[in-house]
Amino acid sequence: MTVEPGARVDAPEPLTRVDAPEPSAPESGAPHVLIIGGGGTGGALAHDLTLRGLRVTVVERGEITSGTTGRHHGLLHSGARYATTDRASAVDCSAENKILRRICPGSFEENDGLYVAITDEDAAYEKEFLDGCWQSAVPAKRVEREAALRMEPGLNAAMQFAVQVPDATMDAMRVPLRFFATARRHGAEIKPFTEVIALTMAGRTVGGVKVRDHAAGRDYEIGADIVVNAAGPWVGKVAALAGVNVPVVASPGVMVAVRGRHCNMVVSRLHSPADGDIVLPQRALTVVGTSSWIADDPDDLRVPADHVEMVVRESAALVPAIARAEIRAVWAAARPLIGEVGGKKRRSPRRVARADAAGHGAGEAATGPGAGSGAGPATEPAGRNLAREMRCFDHATDAAPIEGFVTVAGGKATTLRAMAEATADVICAKLGLVRPCQTVDYVLLPHTAWYSE
Amino acid sequence: MSARFRVSRSARGEVESHFDDFDVELESGATVLDALLQIKRRHDPSLVVRHSCMHASCGTCGVRVNGREVLACDTKVAWLPAGKPIEVEPLANQRLVADLATDMVDFYARYEPVGMPLVRGAGVKAEVDAGIELPEGVKSFGRFENCIECGLCLSACPVARTSGEFIGPAALAAAARVVAEPRGRELAPVLALAAEPDSVWRCRDAMACTAVCPSAVDPARALSTLRRHVAANGLKRFLGRGA
Repeated sequence: MTVEPGARVDAPEPLTRVDAPEPSAPESGAPHVLIIGGGGTGGALAHDLTLRGLRVTVVERGEITSGTTGRHHGLLHSGARYATTDRASAVDCSAENKILRRICPGSFEENDGLYVAITDEDAAYEKEFLDGCWQSAVPAKRVEREAALRMEPGLNAAMQFAVQVPDATMDAMRVPLRFFATARRHGAEIKPFTEVIALTMAGRTVGGVKVRDHAAGRDYEIGADIVVNAAGPWVGKVAALAGVNVPVVASPGVMVAVRGRHCNMVVSRLHSPADGDIVLPQRALTVVGTSSWIADDPDDLRVPADHVEMVVRESAALVPAIARAEIRAVWAAARPLIGEVGGKKRRSPRRVARADAAGHGAGEAATGPGAGSGAGPATEPAGRNLAREMRCFDHATDAAPIEGFVTVAGGKATTLRAMAEATADVICAKLGLVRPCQTVDYVLLPHTAWYSE
Repeated sequence: MSARFRVSRSARGEVESHFDDFDVELESGATVLDALLQIKRRHDPSLVVRHSCMHASCGTCGVRVNGREVLACDTKVAWLPAGKPIEVEPLANQRLVADLATDMVDFYARYEPVGMPLVRGAGVKAEVDAGIELPEGVKSFGRFENCIECGLCLSACPVARTSGEFIGPAALAAAARVVAEPRGRELAPVLALAAEPDSVWRCRDAMACTAVCPSAVDPARALSTLRRHVAANGLKRFLGRGA
């Protein structure tokens, strides 16, 4: 199926289909939203807000997607990974997986994923896993050993069986570029190599930013009606410019790319989320991951050597060829996770707008049994096992309120559109605007459009 | 491991560039990109450099190191000659943003019209032909194309250096890929594009593109295959049977 960019695809029920006129560049009098951070969230938010008729500027201190977004391993989650531990995230992923395939046609290797049972302990986890998938509206089906080995001859022959789910792989940079390209086509200004050095404040109201254009070597100010902090693991640093504390920690994980394409499907271990339990094809490479620790500085991510060994060893239990393959690259990406380090739960009283599946388009899009009941409160963040949920903080409701300043954090690459929708809802409410989200069925421009003049 | 980096600097719009030297202390497995990011963090935050995936998949961190086109994320400092400064410059034959960042607009202006999809199936077709059972609901295994659109080949190409109009190796390799696996696509426009004066016939077989390609696309070979298709199609057209 060829879908023209900008076309509105027919969304299956119960997705809402919005028949809005093609957006033109927003009127000069429209409210101006300035987004700090050119990652997936910033791009998706710029797209969402331009479709709602707002003026948008994105500033990014480096190249677009140079923070956490581009370093992502490239999994389009089916939701299965979180089905037993984090129902809200699982439901979100299940819905967004379907939406992204529709609005980014041609951007995914739609080869599905296999959760592989190797030990008896893995096998015993099957029932809980399938039940979690069912509750989260994630299609999941048991595949017997022989069939699984025919699909993926590289699997560990000692496997017992597998569960097939609609995982897919994406190009971690090129999917977000489609959001940026489409936003720019609709009038958004996207400014890479432009770093925020201060927030311009009038009393307790943020009125814009002062930026340094590294490419031109000059500083200047940009005024805005609302400033959105979408800086991923750097949100804490940006929030501190306004004297605000945001409970987000940088939790890096190690990934390893080895030469050779050792599988076509996403291969995961059938057990609770753990280290070193995923293998993905990425062009002629195979990417394996991952681990998790807490970093003080998301700019200084030194890769621990023992993490590399562990990730290779554990993933070779799924696809044995990994153990013999030449390592091409080793890197770390800092996840921005909601919570505090060391179980010291300083749950912010400032949190007001919880941007999870419940009550938003993303959650409503979920179908199947349990979709409603599954969208309850996410698990409490604690220690290393912080939830992958997303949150939007309106700092006007802080104990020491700051007006005109919103932070969005958490989430995953798969849920970028839903994060943007929830954040744009908060922004529109703050501006007193009633404008529904239109991104659910809006087909994005191809990534190549980002580079057109 | 310590190393001295000699990095090309120029602000946006400046014609002249100069070199700045930075002495960095690195861990043994560090890449050129690790070094550049450390320079940004510890020495000069104003250094403009593109990067994203850190594993040779996105194609953004192409630079010239000691005169040769590489991906900075894929080049270990330990591989480079010790004892002399490591020179890092932006890619050639492309417009400069600033410092080490080039603007890929001209690259895509040539690459995009070929219309090569990002995801194709032929890379695993042999496996499918061999009777591998596909997952239910999956018609054929999808696979991202090898080309990561990094522009290293265009920078290394001696023809592109002297002729700004040359369509370049990446776009022609993409055209060859479409011809090799049309999947129902009309080939006439692609062959016509390849037959233009600034296209396949300008290539002088210097093979520099293939030598620097970080993703095993082998543009030089693809180009020579494409040239045969263009020639054959030209002959067929002459005889009234071509695309």
